[in-house]
Order: sequence, then structure tokens, then C-alpha cells
Amino acid sequence: MEKILEVKDLAVSFKTFFGEVEAVRGISFDVHRKETIAIVGESGCGKSVTANSIMQLLPMPPAFFKGGQILFNGEDIVQKSEKEMQHIRGNQIAMVFQDPMTSLNPTMKIGKQIVEGLMKHQKLSQSDARNKAIEMLNLVAVPQPEKRIDQYPHEFSGGMRQRVMIALAMVSNPQLLIADEPTTALDVTVQAQILELMKNIQDKMDMSIILITHDLGIVADMSDKVIVMYAGQIMEQGQTDEIFKSPSHPYTKKLLASVPRLDMNRSESLHSIEGTPPDLYIPPKGCPFYDRCEDAMKICKDYMPDIDNHTNTHYSRCWLNHPMAKSKAEGSEA
Amino acid sequence: MKKYLLKRLAMSIITIWAVITITFFLMHAVPGNPFAKEGKMPKVVYDNLQKKYGLDKPLREQYVIYLKNVLKGDFGDSMKSRVETVNDMIERGFPVSARIGAQALLIAIVFGPALGALAALYQNKFPDYFSMVLAILGISVPSFIMGTIFIQFIAKNVSWIPIGGWGTWRHTLLPSLALAMMPLAHMARLMRSSMLEVLGQDYIKTAQSKGITKSAVILKHAVRNAILPVVSILGTTISNLLVGSFVIEKIFGIPGLGSFFTKSISNRDYTLIMGTTIFYAIILVALLFTVDLAYMFIDPRIKLTQEGR
Amino acid sequence: MENKIKLNPSMFEKATLEDRNAEKIKRPSIKYWPDVWRRLKQNKLAMVGLTLIVIMSVMSIVGTHINEFDYKEQNYGLINQPPDSVHWFGTDELGRDLFTRVWLGTRYSLIIGVLAAAIDFVIGVVYGGLSGMASRRVDSIMMRIAEVIYSIPYLLIVILLSVVFSQQGSGTSMFVLILAMTLTDWVPMAILVRGQVLQLKESEYSLASESLGGTRGWILKKHIIPNTLGPILVNVTLTIPRAIFAEATLGFLGLGLQPPSPSLGNLSNDGLAVMPVGIFYQIFIPALFISLIMFSFNVLGDGLRDALDPRLRK
Repeated sequence: MEKILEVKDLAVSFKTFFGEVEAVRGISFDVHRKETIAIVGESGCGKSVTANSIMQLLPMPPAFFKGGQILFNGEDIVQKSEKEMQHIRGNQIAMVFQDPMTSLNPTMKIGKQIVEGLMKHQKLSQSDARNKAIEMLNLVAVPQPEKRIDQYPHEFSGGMRQRVMIALAMVSNPQLLIADEPTTALDVTVQAQILELMKNIQDKMDMSIILITHDLGIVADMSDKVIVMYAGQIMEQGQTDEIFKSPSHPYTKKLLASVPRLDMNRSESLHSIEGTPPDLYIPPKGCPFYDRCEDAMKICKDYMPDIDNHTNTHYSRCWLNHPMAKSKAEGSEA
Repeated sequence: MKKYLLKRLAMSIITIWAVITITFFLMHAVPGNPFAKEGKMPKVVYDNLQKKYGLDKPLREQYVIYLKNVLKGDFGDSMKSRVETVNDMIERGFPVSARIGAQALLIAIVFGPALGALAALYQNKFPDYFSMVLAILGISVPSFIMGTIFIQFIAKNVSWIPIGGWGTWRHTLLPSLALAMMPLAHMARLMRSSMLEVLGQDYIKTAQSKGITKSAVILKHAVRNAILPVVSILGTTISNLLVGSFVIEKIFGIPGLGSFFTKSISNRDYTLIMGTTIFYAIILVALLFTVDLAYMFIDPRIKLTQEGR
Repeated sequence: MENKIKLNPSMFEKATLEDRNAEKIKRPSIKYWPDVWRRLKQNKLAMVGLTLIVIMSVMSIVGTHINEFDYKEQNYGLINQPPDSVHWFGTDELGRDLFTRVWLGTRYSLIIGVLAAAIDFVIGVVYGGLSGMASRRVDSIMMRIAEVIYSIPYLLIVILLSVVFSQQGSGTSMFVLILAMTLTDWVPMAILVRGQVLQLKESEYSLASESLGGTRGWILKKHIIPNTLGPILVNVTLTIPRAIFAEATLGFLGLGLQPPSPSLGNLSNDGLAVMPVGIFYQIFIPALFISLIMFSFNVLGDGLRDALDPRLRK
């Protein structure tokens, strides 16, 4: 499969009143055609910043690129001008946002919002655009699309609005869809419908999806690959089953333990991860999870672990994988 | 929507009625008699005057008669002018005041939101500082001071701009501008904060993510939404313009309704005070109603919970 | 990287809890009002406004006693004197000392502004509170009445009242002025308070259902007061300049405070009268003071609003 997106050593910072915040600290990953990858992590871990960097939608200033490349079809997006980006946005890369209640313009009719971008990219006539909008609403299963396109967002429920958002993102048949917590603001039953819808459309349209979420529960069904982010860095990355079956980083394990499962005993309580992620005004020298890690070792405080490849597709960054840690553990058990 | 309109209409009528009633009883609560200042007069003359203005009848009866007349659009005779009725003066003065007011409103509506939007788009840069200094000046300097400054520094130095009076469009220039300054400043400030808020909204990001041009994002998405609160304060603005016009007309010596009103106060011309107050109230309430109506068309969400002033 | 570090087995000992806790960098938890004050202090314009208000308040009390002149002492030998070392702001057309008169005018303006705001506050809290606590029917009637009152043009009523009550003299007493100004202006405050009371009612119900005694005070302290006090404070700060402005306008129209009491509006009106003869300081000085007062309260009110807005918190 061909790679459509390559992120290499991406680093993004924000200049604030109090100093520089290193929101994303050197991350790398690839997205192949028709592939779905999930970026998982707590709020503030840099996953949304990553998504917005790919779209070049970060407010600059205060945000700025500190280093790295984002290659889309081999071309570096970071180097592109605003005009060139406008051609890519909504055309080749589209985005669905978290809160459908606030991400549609309250004073513009739904139909117009859906085709607005397409009309610019493909120079459609009014009637063609209208037909396209109806077709899209049909695709995302909004009932009575002919009537609905002339309505305003406040006349739609949250789930329906998210369908509209998806229609809006899909309308120009993008190669890559970035979905930033697309179901977080929705009811659980609606969540499942929206995810199902996204999968269906993906099959029809041959596109890749970057799914950003803090909910590992939805990752299992949706994604091929999982990236676990913490404090602006990738802690673990692998195929979905690798991550679920053999998680290697303590943070990933904790995340998995905090997902409710049906096969769980009633007496078992859900695990929460105590503490908060570190302040990225002063990023820690060592492993950022050190404060909250129950298996932390002395070395973790001052040194960031290297990448350990477990398989071709699976790696994590943790000192526990180091041979010396393993021998120590065996020693103490013996 | 129809229900809302009817309710709103009923409220407007009640407001106008309240103003008529308050005005009427306040004016008749003034101690002493309205002709006292004319000096001693023979009893016959006094009685005739009382009769002419219906002051010999019981107060309640006077009130009913007055209410009926106002409904017919008749504000009665002036107590001081022998030649003009109150209606005559309104007819003469109102077009003058309305012209200044409309021009001022136009200036404020065009430049206020524009400056505010620019300030928001160039936050903490020169256009922002420029607009906000202008806006702070506008709200800090009362219109009577603004007017005198204009006369002193512009009219006296620019030969083709008259110092005061009424006649050509040139006479309307400075008064309109002086009158526009405060509402302009208010609108600019409101637009700036509203625009900043809108620019941070998710739907702006959505618009950007479609790849449409920056100007389309700003005009179709940001400004379109940011202008809503500005429209909702139009009522207050118009109300302020009206009061401002009293002052401006006094400074520039403009023969508008405002100067009649202020003159009627110093003359104690009670029928004229009553007539102009009620006329003003009717105009204002009608304009407020229109503004609300316009707001309904601009904002599809038809919230309309807030009342303009 | 690994080859740069000298690894030894002791590094792979488990870190103790103390080790880990020592590393925690906790941002100090910030209390509400100190935080508001901190953000207000960062707003330079608001601080300029606050400083000016303090200076003007103090000067409006002591400023009238700094030189030996009385505010109504006339001196026909020294009329329309431009500012000099004796009369720092000059004299008016009756030879009265403008320095004393301007500070006295400032005092009156500030008193009018503060009292008007205070009365607005009291009426607003009482009316809004009653409306919020009353039954839905009564509440809705009370709110309709408030709306009608609010749509009566404010200054028209003020002017009418001044006309009615100024029959005997040729000016208006401060009492009437303040009364007239607060007659319609309390409505926004009442609406604000009513909204907060409704919120309080809701939280009371939820508390009662949980029957958690003693926490009502906590909710009041933690949620209602910070939430209510903020908007009320901003409202009060912005009512003051509105009242001062209204008084100045009335004074300018000849309906302000009764002479010889000077108000900044009266003083500007007097100044306007002599402007055609080329005397500018008499209008310029009171005009400057009005503008400074308006400026100070407006920027302070803005600053407060920004400082209180939790969305702007950082």
C-alpha cells in the first residue's frame, strides 16, 4: 500500500505569556491508503495539535513549527503557502470536529455549508451544487434531504449535525479524513451510528482516516493502527491487535484498564490513572509518565527511553523493556 | 413567530400608553399655573386661557380628551406660540432632526462595525490600537464636547464648513459626525469583542477546513455572525441618538425638534413638552419594533429573548 | 542516545514514592478573587482608570480646600481670568475660582454616579430577587412590567422630572436628579439578579433532594457569589459613568444641579457661553474632567469584565 501521509519528527510549540509550551515533541508516523489510524491520549497530550498541524489550521502565532516535516503525497505541507493549503484543505484532506453543536455556522443553511468548499474547488453551478448537497445528505442518511438542506443547524439534533459535518467533509471525496474526537460530544447510541457511518463511507470512497480520540473503546472496531500519545510524544505505536493484546508501555496498559468491558467482574472497579500529565511549559528531562507510573525506576526521572521495536509494526518507549531492567526484575523475583 | 410579533406589538402599545399617561400626569402635577410667568393678567383673559387649553375641566376628563386627541394624531396648541400648533412644530422640526439622526446612524453603522472588525482581525496591531483609541475617545467625550471641539477646530478653520445653522448639506456635516461619534464607538467596541469571540468559534475552523479563501471565511462566516449583537443594540443606539440630538442641535443652532424640545422646557410650554415627548416615544418604540423585526430576519435562530432599549 | 548514558544496574531500581512526588511540579491552585485581581492588574488601561478614579475621588474631597477661595465667592474685579499662579484653573464670568468649582463639580458628579449606581443596585436586587423567588406567573408579569419601564426612553423621563421638580428654582436638586436617573435604569440589574436567583433556586432543589445539609452555604460561596458578583460589579462600574454622563448632559441643557452648586455639566454649559468670545479654558477644563471620569470608569469596567470572564482565564 502506498503511503499518503508521512509525519517526520514533527515538533510544534506555542508561545505564551509565560513561555514556550512544547505541545508536540518530535513525533513520526505514516498513514497508508485506505488505512485508519487512531491517535489516543488524554486531553492536552498533543493529539489535536497534531491534527491541526496537518490541516495547517493552528493559529500562528502563537503556534509555530519547531521542526520536522509533514509529507502529503510526498510534498511537505509545512512549506506550503496559505493559497496552496486552501487547495488541499477540504479538497484532499478534510476534517470533522469534536462538537457538532458548535462546529456548524448557525446563520448559514446546511446545504450551503456542505457545498461551499466544493463550489470553490470544482466551480460547480448553483443547481449542481444543490444536487450534490442532497446526494451527500442521502449518503450520511439524513432523512428528507431536499427539505433539510434549506434548514439551519439549530433545527438539527446533535447526531444529525455530526452527520452533516461528515457530509461536509466527504463532499469533495478527500484522500484523508481527520476526525478529531468525532463522537465525544454525542450520546452512546449515536456514537455507534456515526462510527458505523464513517466506516461505510470509508469503504465506498477509498479514503484514509486519522481518528483522534481519548476513548480506547471505539478504537478496537475502527482502526488498523493505534498511536498512544502522552505529553506531546508517542509512547507506543502498533497494529490495533498488538496494542490490545500485548500492550508494552505502562501508560497504554493503564489506558486499557480504564476501559469498561462486558466481561468484567462487578466487583472489579474501573481503573483511573491518578495524577495529571506534566506541564509542558517545563517538559521533563526524562520520561513524562514518570510521576504517574507505578513501575517507575530511578533512571526514568532523568533519561528519556529509546524506541524499542517489538515487531516491525509495534514499538514503545519505556525503560522497562531494557535488558537491564528485565534482569533486575527477574533477580528480585528469584 | 406570529405570536411573538403580536406580543411585541402589544408591549409597544402599552409602552406608548405608559409614556402618554406618565407625561400627562407629570405635566399636570407641576405646581403653580402655567401662565404665571406672563405676569398679572385680567381674570377674563385667564379664564379664557384656562378654557382654551381645557384646564377648567376635571383632570380625569382632560386626560381622556388628551388621549383621544393623541390617538387622532393631534397634540393640541402650543401654550407659548400664537401661530403654530404643536403638530406644526413637529412637522417643521422633525424632518431636520431625522435627517441629522439618520446620517449619524448611517455613519455609525458603516464605520463602527468596520473598525471593530478590523481591530479584531489585527488584534494587538496598529489597526486595533487605532480603532480602540478612537472608540475610547468616542465613549469618553460627551457629544456636547465633541461638538464644540468640531466647531472650534474644524468649522473655524475650514472655510466651506459652516459653524452652525441650517440650509445646505454642508450644514449637516459636523452635527452628524459629532452625533455619530458615541454610537460609532460603542458599535466598534461591541463588534471587536463579538468578532474576537466568533473568530474563536469552532465553525470558523470548519469554514477554514473547507479550503475557502480567507476573505470568504471572514465575511460569510465571521462578520455575518459577529454583527448580530451589534444589530441587537441598534435600539439603544437610536435612543441615544435622540438624546444626543438635543445637545447637538443646541450647539450648532439647528432648528430641529430637539431644539424645540429644549426651548419648550425653558419656556415651560407644557403642551409642547408633552407633545414632543410623546412623539419621541412613539418614534422610538416604532423604531425598536422595526429593529427587533429586522433581527428576526438576520438571526435564523429567532431567539429574541433580549429586549432592546 | 543510549550509548551516551553510562548505564548501571542501580538506575533500574524501582523509584520510591517520595522520588516520584518530589518531581511533581504543581502549579499553585489559584483562588478566585486574587486571580481576578491579578488579571485586572495585567490590564494597564484598567489600572490607569483605577488610579485616575482614586486620584479624582481624593481630590474631589480635598481639592476644594487647597486654595483659599470659596466656590461661590464672586469677585467682579477678576472675571474670566485665565489660569495663573493664584487661580490655577482661572476664574469664571462672575470671578469665581474655577479650581475649587471644578473639584466640587467632580465631587457632585461622582456622588451622583455612585448614588445612582447604589440605588440601581438596591432596587435591582430587591425587584430581581422578588421576581425570581415569586411564582412563575408573578415573575412573568413583573418581568413584562420591567420591560415596559425599560423601553421608556431614559433621558426623556429624566428631563420631564427635572421640569416638574425644578419649578421653584431654576435648577434641580441632587435628590430629584438621582431619583430620575434611577427610575428606569435599575432594570438591567433586576434582570441580572433574577437570572441568578433562578439558578440558585435550581441548585437548592437539587441539594434538597440529596439532603446534604450545610452545603448550601458552600454553593453560595463557591458558585453563586462569584458568578453573580462579577456581572453585578461590571454593571455597577458601567452605571456610574452613564449617570455622570446623563447629569452632564442635563447640566449642559440647563437642567442640571441648582446654581450656585457647580456640576461638571453646568460648568461646561457656562464655558460654552463664553467660548464665542474666545475663552476656551472655561469649557476645556470641565470637559476634560468629564471625559477623564467617563474614560476611567469605562476602561475599569471593561477590564473588570475581561478579568472576570472565565473563558479568558489562563
